Amino acid sequence: MADIEPQDPAPGHHTLAASGLSLGYDNRLVVDDLTVTIPTGKITVIVGANACGKSTLLRGLARLLSPRSGVVLLDGADIARRATKDVARVLGLLPQSPVAPDGITVTDLVGRGRYPHQGWFRQWTPQDDAAVADALDVTGILDLADRPVDELSGGQRQRVWIAMALAQRTDLLLLDEPTTFLDVTHQVEVLDLLADLNVDHGRTVVMVLHDLNLAARYADHLVAMKDGRIVAEGDAESVVTAEIVRDVFGLHAQVVPDPVSGTPLVVPIGRHLRRRIQTLV
Amino acid sequence: MTAVLTPAPASGPPTPVDRVRAARRGSRRRAAVVSWVLAALAVVLTVVTLTLGSFDVSLPDVVRILGGAEIQGATFVVWDLRLPRALTAIGAGAAFGLSGAIFQTLVRNPLASPDIIGITAGASAAAVVAITQLGLNPGLAAPVAFAGALGAAALIYVLAWRGAVSGYRLVLVGIGVGAVLNAVTSYSLTRAEVTDVSEALVWITGSLNSATWSGLPGLWVPLGVLVPALVVLTRSLGGLQLGDDAAAGLGVRVEPAKVGLIVVAVGLAAIATAAAGPVAFVAFVSGPIARRLTGGHGLALVPSALVGACVVLAADYAGAYAFGDTRLPVGVVTGILGAPVLLWLLARANRIGKGG
Repeated sequence: MADIEPQDPAPGHHTLAASGLSLGYDNRLVVDDLTVTIPTGKITVIVGANACGKSTLLRGLARLLSPRSGVVLLDGADIARRATKDVARVLGLLPQSPVAPDGITVTDLVGRGRYPHQGWFRQWTPQDDAAVADALDVTGILDLADRPVDELSGGQRQRVWIAMALAQRTDLLLLDEPTTFLDVTHQVEVLDLLADLNVDHGRTVVMVLHDLNLAARYADHLVAMKDGRIVAEGDAESVVTAEIVRDVFGLHAQVVPDPVSGTPLVVPIGRHLRRRIQTLV
Repeated sequence: MTAVLTPAPASGPPTPVDRVRAARRGSRRRAAVVSWVLAALAVVLTVVTLTLGSFDVSLPDVVRILGGAEIQGATFVVWDLRLPRALTAIGAGAAFGLSGAIFQTLVRNPLASPDIIGITAGASAAAVVAITQLGLNPGLAAPVAFAGALGAAALIYVLAWRGAVSGYRLVLVGIGVGAVLNAVTSYSLTRAEVTDVSEALVWITGSLNSATWSGLPGLWVPLGVLVPALVVLTRSLGGLQLGDDAAAGLGVRVEPAKVGLIVVAVGLAAIATAAAGPVAFVAFVSGPIARRLTGGHGLALVPSALVGACVVLAADYAGAYAFGDTRLPVGVVTGILGAPVLLWLLARANRIGKGG
């Protein structure tokens, strides 16, 4: 991982922020005048109820949606004004449901991550081989190198996609619900992998997660969203509180310290249990 | 790890980079071998169509004729009849194959080929209306067919557009547009003079009977423009194959790339239809066959073009000589061969839950 892409002037120092950002589809405004700064070199997790605009915000940060108003700032400059291929060398994105072409092998798919580093006069090089090998190694799928992706399990497949994003060798890595469709073992495995990337390689990670407890455990910085706005932002202890959980998710819950990690643990109460507790009291 | 159990070779265990190189070599070699075998098959088929037929010409004579020699009787058959026919078959087949492969990859749906979604039907309808209703000289029908294909594509695009082009809507709208255009063709034929109908028939089935030297530039010159354009756009297509969001994340300029690829694919379908008529199912089967042969490495565009060329060459030859005294136009043969492939693809797509 030592060799640095020549196009990359300051690894580990790329910054991402949004200022007064409004995003929407057709006539619907989904993200409304939102301002956020992604802490560099940290793991940021965006949480919120369904349809609160968290995936839309992530797509906006990754320049997949052009803003209605406001700007996304990459290294302090408007991301929309930079060549999309230049951005792709700094900022990688794993969307919610990418498509693996029929029969493609793990190595070929991960190799697609080298797209922004190639061009007319720079086809496949030893540097590309090295980047793909590193990505396979780090994600622990080197043994699957020549296997077709459609034969793999869900957890393995998610590793392949993360490896593709890694082969892109970007400082910033944005992931939209990387743990969906995975059982709890593989969820933890994928999040551990992303934490390794952050700790060992100094990558800035931004992801959308559904599971509040996993979010609280892995996030350095939590962003809680509701109706296209940020309700609370900060470390897990300050964001995952009973009041904010009720406000953001409309869920009655008790928050206790996680017996393993000490991070906040949300214990939902739910209607049935609440009734039983009331009759007991 | 199993690596511990096997003794390491003298040079040490393979490094991760070695394993990546080996894996890439494996899939690239298969794609290369498939391409060379298909190219050889196309050459063999061409030689067969030039030498064997209702009038056999020996191979040395064919070589001499291609070199410019005049052989009584044989030169006319080989140079003026068979060679333009073979060159039209190769060009049209390759264009159909490429066009279908681009559409299917772009839309991520094997049903999205130009012969299913009404683009070749647009070419037929325009040519038939012009010949039977407007009294156009059939010799001038090719440019009209070309315009018809472009018009049908534009209509489908406009009707399927909702802020962006969704694959499923493109297929459904395309099938609807194709049905309307086929109805226009049928209506024009029922109201036409009998003599015009026989002239218009090529535009319904697809046939190489009218292939001549004078028609070749209309096919090969646009091919010479569209294929380099496709080469430029191929890398973007590789990104788009992973989904629009993943492509954008990789730095592909999604909408311009899509529009460029659609224009190239429509152009290829249009010139092929203008040259040989709407030869059924060639665009539709070439991509799936090529991708199956290459095992999914890359986009298989070169193999798709070669499969298209081989299918048209073989089907035209079979139509001429395999059915006794009846000479069937190429489109009838590909229709008979293509229908089972369509059914197989539909059944398979439903079984693995990928109807879309």
